[in-house]
Amino acid sequence: MNTSVEICGVKMKNPVTTASGTFASGREYGEFIDLNRLGAVTVKGVASKAWSGNPAPRIAEVYGGMLNSVGLQNPGVDWFIENDIPFLREYDTKIIVNVCGHSEEEYVDVVKKLRGADVDLLELNISCPNVSEGGMAFGTDPKTAENIVREVKKYADKPLIVKLSPNVTDITAIAKADVNGGADALSLINTVNAMKIDIYRRKAVLSRKTGGMSGPAVKPIAVRMVYEVCNQVNVPVIGMGGISNGEDAIEFIMAGATMVSVGTANFTDPFATIKTIEGIEAYMKKYNVNDIRDIRGIV
Amino acid sequence: MKKIIYGEILSNDEISTNIFDMKVKAEDISKEAKAGQFAQLFTGKGELILPRPISICEAENGILRFVYMKVGKGTDVFSKMKKGESIKILAPCGNGFYMTDAKEHIIVGGGIGIPPMLELTKRLKGKKTVILGSRSKGILAEEFKKYADEVYIASDDGSEGFKGNVVDLMREKNITGDMIYACGPKIMLKFVSMYADEKNTECQVSMEERMACGIGACVGCVVKIKDSKGEESYKKVCKDGPVFYSSEVVWE
Repeated sequence: MNTSVEICGVKMKNPVTTASGTFASGREYGEFIDLNRLGAVTVKGVASKAWSGNPAPRIAEVYGGMLNSVGLQNPGVDWFIENDIPFLREYDTKIIVNVCGHSEEEYVDVVKKLRGADVDLLELNISCPNVSEGGMAFGTDPKTAENIVREVKKYADKPLIVKLSPNVTDITAIAKADVNGGADALSLINTVNAMKIDIYRRKAVLSRKTGGMSGPAVKPIAVRMVYEVCNQVNVPVIGMGGISNGEDAIEFIMAGATMVSVGTANFTDPFATIKTIEGIEAYMKKYNVNDIRDIRGIV
Repeated sequence: MKKIIYGEILSNDEISTNIFDMKVKAEDISKEAKAGQFAQLFTGKGELILPRPISICEAENGILRFVYMKVGKGTDVFSKMKKGESIKILAPCGNGFYMTDAKEHIIVGGGIGIPPMLELTKRLKGKKTVILGSRSKGILAEEFKKYADEVYIASDDGSEGFKGNVVDLMREKNITGDMIYACGPKIMLKFVSMYADEKNTECQVSMEERMACGIGACVGCVVKIKDSKGEESYKKVCKDGPVFYSSEVVWE
């Protein structure tokens, strides 16, 4: 049985990684699970300098999901290179670095600093809904997205994945623009713009009022978007959005995804990544799928 | 080392309106837990995807005790759990109170911030003055009396003890010591912190914030903290806290 997959020449032992921002750089969940078992770890967004993030409350639970407005709080790329890369390199797993910025210059700065760093893939985050400058603003207009991907790509010495926002009218238009700009792969979906109101206090739960929704409730939207994108572009796709187990992962793979990311499910169950890997294997065994590639995009 | 277990519920009783007292068998965690740490309790309901952070009231003899208030859908699920059922727990989480060489302790609990102060009161050595504040009639006072030198009670409506808040009571009784420990509503912690400044006494506060992972990965539950140079940054309640020195907290 073959569960290994390849993205732009980087071979992963299985198609399961983590969704950026839900798993930090793996230390915390490494207390519960064996990080060696993951196909890759996708780390929390890294910026050129430390970012402070948004005021609390940053978290709200909704039916079958949650909202967050963390705002990409992170200690910056220098700290990341010094502390997190050596930590993750102790494990037999690939490293995908999520890159964030407020401006084209900041994205380029991170990518330049990561030149020569011992990581495997870069994921360009132009889809975070929780920052007022940059973030999603770059990923919701095809021309802007294409230009920033082209600029960042000039400096990247690793394959470049571009992460897509679902908060657009036609996600395939953005996907095509990113590929035109030089994206080697795409990942989707980032969180869905959403809001929760506390009717007793008569105000928004999140201090920033709106945030990004994730969790099982967004999964059908994500599957549809992965399906549409996979039918329009010829680069590998990492599918995510509400994946909690093997069956969810198989759904994304059948929609066309090469890899899948487990995100919010880690909060519900710290073993969610491992259960997803084991669930994929159990499905393949039961239904005689010898190679995971045989069911990719089968729908 | 944090663990995830399915613990057997030994009892789960309503001890006051909407306040429940749950005891769970948890051999290893109970040995490991420090006063002021908390547990992530999982509801097991698919639509409630996040665990609920609940302070550890007592940890001894292989048993974890949680005294929690029914405030929403998650705690409503817990309140309906029966003896003999099992509950999924991730614990112990957070740092817990700092044990220092202080000799005269002032322990302040407000509302549902009272429970974690019980284990703390038990474990501290020296003179222990406990101040408990509630809106109306409070909880656990009799148990605190077993471990404390003095227990003062305040209630907003005067139904029990001093009529007013804990800080008014502390001023009236001129409570002094060399370390204050407090858990309760943020506004209470802010006023306790001001009292500590007035008395030039060190003060530890246990903070609360809306939380997701509970182990420091998601960076959801932050509180603004200033370092020794006065530089402000957001720290994680679940991992850097929940206990902070009040002098570090940027009170808003």
